[in-house]
Amino acid sequence: MNRYPTWKYILVAVVILIGLLFTIPNFYGESPAVQVSATKATIKADADLLKKVEATLQLANIKFNGMFLDANGVKVRFENTDDQLKAKDKLIANLGKDYTVALNLLSQTPNWLLAIGAKPMYLGLDLRGGVHFLLQVDMKAALDKAAESSVGDFRTSLRREKINYFGIARDGQKVEVKFESADEVEKARKILSKDYSDLTFNDALDGKEHVLNATIGEATKRKIQEFALKQNLQTLHNRINELGVAEPIVQQQGFDRIVVQLPGVQDTAKAKEILGRTATLEIRMVDEDKKDFATLEAADKGHVPFGDELYKNRDGQPILVKKNVVLTGDRITDAGPGVNQQTGRSVVNVTLDGRGAGIFKNVTRDNVGKRMAILLIEKNSTEVITAPVINEEIGGGHVQISGMDNAQEATDISLLLRAGALAAPMEIIEERTVGPSMGVENIRRGVHSTLWGFATIAVMMMIYYMVFGGVSVLALGVNLLLLVALLSMLQATLTLPGLAAIALALGMAIDANVLINERIREELRNGNTPQASISAGYDRAFDTIIDSNVTTLIAGLALFMFGTGPIKGFAVVHVLGILTSMFSAVLVSRAIVNLIYGYRRKVSKLSIGQIYKPD
Amino acid sequence: MELFRIKKDIPFMSYGRITTAISLITFLLAIFFLYSKGLNYGVDFTGGTVMEVHYPQAANIDGIRKAIDGIGLKDATVQNFGTSSDVLIRLPLKKDLSIAQLSETVTKALQATDASAEVRRVESVGSQVGDELYSNGGLALLLVCAGIMAYLAIRFEWRFAVAAIIANMHDVVIILGFFAFFQWEFNLTVLAAVLAVLGYSVNESVVVFDRVRENFRKMRKANVVQVIDNAITRTISRTIITHTMTQTMVGSMLLFGGQVLHNFALALTIGILFGIYSSVLVACPIAMWLGVSRANLIGDIDKKDSDKKSANKEGAEATP
Repeated sequence: MNRYPTWKYILVAVVILIGLLFTIPNFYGESPAVQVSATKATIKADADLLKKVEATLQLANIKFNGMFLDANGVKVRFENTDDQLKAKDKLIANLGKDYTVALNLLSQTPNWLLAIGAKPMYLGLDLRGGVHFLLQVDMKAALDKAAESSVGDFRTSLRREKINYFGIARDGQKVEVKFESADEVEKARKILSKDYSDLTFNDALDGKEHVLNATIGEATKRKIQEFALKQNLQTLHNRINELGVAEPIVQQQGFDRIVVQLPGVQDTAKAKEILGRTATLEIRMVDEDKKDFATLEAADKGHVPFGDELYKNRDGQPILVKKNVVLTGDRITDAGPGVNQQTGRSVVNVTLDGRGAGIFKNVTRDNVGKRMAILLIEKNSTEVITAPVINEEIGGGHVQISGMDNAQEATDISLLLRAGALAAPMEIIEERTVGPSMGVENIRRGVHSTLWGFATIAVMMMIYYMVFGGVSVLALGVNLLLLVALLSMLQATLTLPGLAAIALALGMAIDANVLINERIREELRNGNTPQASISAGYDRAFDTIIDSNVTTLIAGLALFMFGTGPIKGFAVVHVLGILTSMFSAVLVSRAIVNLIYGYRRKVSKLSIGQIYKPD
Repeated sequence: MELFRIKKDIPFMSYGRITTAISLITFLLAIFFLYSKGLNYGVDFTGGTVMEVHYPQAANIDGIRKAIDGIGLKDATVQNFGTSSDVLIRLPLKKDLSIAQLSETVTKALQATDASAEVRRVESVGSQVGDELYSNGGLALLLVCAGIMAYLAIRFEWRFAVAAIIANMHDVVIILGFFAFFQWEFNLTVLAAVLAVLGYSVNESVVVFDRVRENFRKMRKANVVQVIDNAITRTISRTIITHTMTQTMVGSMLLFGGQVLHNFALALTIGILFGIYSSVLVACPIAMWLGVSRANLIGDIDKKDSDKKSANKEGAEATP
């Protein structure tokens, strides 16, 4: 009766074997490495780059342990951190700014294990060191900005249609236009609601004033917010690429938040500076009347003509630009590099939104032959990215910016146009920094807690339940193995609370074995035969084990659903631990017991410790 | 080795009044401290900044305090933790300083006075996040209770569900009471521990309830009190051994886990100790007073059993 069919033994053996395979990578440790990746989407990290990196290192006489190409770029392993740092400096000097060079740690897992997908557990920032930021996108500002741009648009439309108004102002996200008569309100409403179909118009009488209120509809609001978030995500991605971080995470959280995790980054000040940078794009007209050398020279010395501002273009040449802003960057919906069919030269293709297209059409119509400047404005500096000549009236919102030197410049500029600016300001609302020494210390603490706890439990179980205690300890060991394997397989983020959950999972999992052992003792106490006691003990304990694990599982799932950060990390391991413990405590321990006792002709006594029988 | 040499069933239920009274008193005390002292919420909930700074030598606490006072952050608390060279600095939220700037300015001020200061950990949480965590925590607690009650009501009976949840909420309140009394910091990890205890402790009640149900089936002549007494007596050795094992693990965390896991392990320790008590000596009397009986428990089980009877030996055993 205490024999498993062969398939069950095979199942247990196979599961343990898979567990072993996936646990092994965690023991290989990590070696210092350097990761070289391209900063721009158009440049590929390819075999050429691999050769370049290799040549650079050989020339500098820096020893390395291997080098390979993957989706993120070229990765090179080193013997020690000295070589790693030397290599980083050399590579930065040699490869130029097209590539970022980041320090990294690479697992020393052999390739045959990597080939089956076995990787070490993915450690959270509290275990490997780094910075975690939670940024809140100021959606109100994004909506205000949208309303603000409507103010300008309304003005243009009303002037064009020659409708008189005597006041136009923004009140929060509402735009108020004041008229003298109800007649004009009606006319204006007709025009405006046609031009701006995404707005809702209402008229009201404020004392003697006739007012037309325009508000942004719910659907449009959502669209504006989604766009702002996407744009900010993209911008952050690009900025973080500049930082040269090995495995950054930039993710949306909720509808208005962004999580940024930078493993291994110690210079938080620099990281914050780069994240918090506010950049905006503006299109303005170049003052063509003031382009002569003398005027520019004078302007450079401080005599800037009225209504103009002096900026430098990318080559450092001064250029006078009108103060009046034609378009801002948030009118740009897309930008990409391309080639002009006729000239064969590199260009940037820009797509504007509907309103931007209208404005652009009017401006280009009135200014053929003149130059238009595209400015990137950052906290402390404004730069004219490019100032192409307007060749003809451009309608339809598809703008081709010529004057690019090469494909590279076209790519650079489209990147800046697309994602150089934040659509809405962001604020850091959570910051967690863990130093690298602290990370190592946290791992040590978590591992020591688990191992010492495990060892003590093992000794106590074996003293108290003898052979059956030993079986329980083996089952518990398998539980630990499977839990680690599962975490490695799923690549779930392991944090310090997660490590605590591993320890706790073991402490709780032993319950199932205690239940079983106590049940077997009780059966023996009642005078049953050893074999029958084993069978009844396992069977009876099973229901209880299921019931008690389900309640624990419910708690774990609730933690997972509502938890953030440390709680979520805890919950994942907690839930997985319950699942592995059910398997190991019931199936694995039974399989071992069956192997020990199930095939003996006669079992007169079970080694389960002393059994007290009251008289 | 056999630690528990019990000859006769221990009349646990006859102590029902005493044990419930003890529970009630601890419970009320916990409520009192929660009310009068309140929980000492960590930055996770209140918002603010915690910085862990390490010095190669013993830290000069007064110097650090002066340096922080010097940059106008008068309401900061500075204290040693663990060793004399580790310092914990707590800063409340500042209206005119963003989170990002706050830790930056403090780091600069510290390194200006002592260049060897190493900032090992910074946790800054804005007020928006704190409020959310607070409500999410409450929601999680509610969901756990509802889920467990629903499961127990289906698997056993509503009386058991109610008894188990009362017993276990009582554990939770007592843990919180301890945290209020000693003013230990209550942060997210502690909340995780509290919720884990809830699941763990219910598990305890389930084991006893399972036995009660089984006994109702087997001990046809015994009354409710005898049935419950027998169930507790027969599971007590498992209860104590299991808890000792779990506590061993938690104790190991207390010893080796360091500052971050310390309060987590403390919450678990209190939870485990009271868990033994409440799941046995609070849950059972409540279930009894709610009127658990053979009829309302076996009624539905007999139906299930009749299907199994021919195949299962249990059916034969159940008949006296």
